[in-house]
Amino acid sequence: MSVKSRNLYLIPYAAWIILFVVAPIALIVYYSLFDIEGKFTFSNYSSFFTPVYMRMTLSSFWYAFLITVFSLLIAYPAAYLLTRTKHKQLWLLLIILPSWINLLLKAYAFLGLFGTYGIVNAALETFGIGRQQILFTDFSFVFVSVYIFIPFMILPVFNALEKMNPSLIDAARDLGASPWTTFRRVVFPLTINGVKAGCQAVFIPALSLFMITRLIAGNRVITLGTAIEQHFLVTQDWGMGATIAVFLVVIMALIMVLTGNRPKREVSR
Amino acid sequence: MASQRTSSRGWKWSNVYLIAVFVVLYAPIFFLTLYSFNSGGAMHDFEGFTLDWYKEVFADTRLLIIVLNTLVIALLSSALSTILGVLGALAIQHVRRRRTQNTLLALNNVLIVSPDVIIGASFLILFTIVGIKLGFVSVLLAHIAFSVPIVVIMVLPKLEEMSSTWIDAARDLGASRTDVLTKVILPYIRPGIFAGFFMALTYSLDDFAVTFFVTGNGYSTLAVEIYSRARQGISLSINALSTLIFLFTIILVIGYYFINQRGNRPPGTEVQQ
Repeated sequence: MSVKSRNLYLIPYAAWIILFVVAPIALIVYYSLFDIEGKFTFSNYSSFFTPVYMRMTLSSFWYAFLITVFSLLIAYPAAYLLTRTKHKQLWLLLIILPSWINLLLKAYAFLGLFGTYGIVNAALETFGIGRQQILFTDFSFVFVSVYIFIPFMILPVFNALEKMNPSLIDAARDLGASPWTTFRRVVFPLTINGVKAGCQAVFIPALSLFMITRLIAGNRVITLGTAIEQHFLVTQDWGMGATIAVFLVVIMALIMVLTGNRPKREVSR
Repeated sequence: MASQRTSSRGWKWSNVYLIAVFVVLYAPIFFLTLYSFNSGGAMHDFEGFTLDWYKEVFADTRLLIIVLNTLVIALLSSALSTILGVLGALAIQHVRRRRTQNTLLALNNVLIVSPDVIIGASFLILFTIVGIKLGFVSVLLAHIAFSVPIVVIMVLPKLEEMSSTWIDAARDLGASRTDVLTKVILPYIRPGIFAGFFMALTYSLDDFAVTFFVTGNGYSTLAVEIYSRARQGISLSINALSTLIFLFTIILVIGYYFINQRGNRPPGTEVQQ
């Protein structure tokens, strides 16, 4: 095609990129340099490195890490078993289906399940353990987050497993490898890219969750996402919020580089 | 595959695990649905069957307007972002230099991998600076903005899969540039376009965080409304509403599945790539 037609396609798309990709990032960086009174300052950055924000960052990382690890531990075997089922596309669709349901509704369901008089507590009581405070604890936060992210971990791992040549497993087994060795030396290394993509798809959104922290963790868990929301919508200190956002973007970019290859689709928000 | 099922016992255990995962994944949803019929008024102690909560939902005009808002935003934003996304995919495809192509793709993916909170916050700044009043327009623009890259990702593989000889043949046979686009390219990539549209639709319906940031007072979508109601505690009309949404989602997914089937591509790879 000629040069002329190529440029025509590019105009609206480039406009979109400039308006909604480049400009927002630039604005975030720009706003991080102003304090709440609108004065140019680096004070936001210096206050980010105070213990308050550092502790928040660390705990945010810790929770995101826990959520990613548990999702992987549950999702990997599930994805593996899925590839062994007869109607795997149907099963996969069924696994993904809950992820199409607004995550607010799922979080809301847990308000009922985990509540003081909820089903889980009723079950605990029948088993003689007695009622526990489940809602508004770290456990409930991690559990609900893992619940929400599992499909996003299963999907890339499943795809990686599907791409793997099954005869490699047979070869390993024929050569005398135990199932565990086969998994550790053959299957897992071959699906590492799927695992990486899944971890990206879980870890980054987990760092910035704010809705679940509010509903399920009852403000006990403060993540970077919660802090950004707080600064932008409650205290109106956009400068500080933007500073945290800048750090989140940097961290995100670092994770992308570290886990290598090009970004894969994450379905969550 | 058969070699993995050497013992029926191992097969059984794997089924148990999968079923357990499914039960956990679906339990909260069915739990919500079940209690939407509870006359007791709480999400425990099922007292009796009632449809009162559904009646309440349908009698709540404010809520119905919000549902309408959500649907309008979803349909408009996915239609517009599909157009933009198809143009974007064509643009990327037509760029000859590999480097430029990769840069465009990287920029395209920024909004896909960015956490919602950041998208929301940065759009809030953007709209405030440009002077767009927070409300319908800002929400619509935000939804278009974050759906465009998804459409691009869905359409691009189809475009790359298409052999360039088709276009050459059409040109040789005297087709104009518009004809090539409307009679050769667009029909070929149609499954990708449909998939992109559906993904954009679900993203828009599913979005909470971005909308939460860019919606002003007086304008609300369903997710934002559910959030503010859920923060006040449990109300079974939310259960009834979520049951309706669940049914609607299933219908959407089935539709998406059939479109995919027609495109002869498994749903898993769709979402991934």
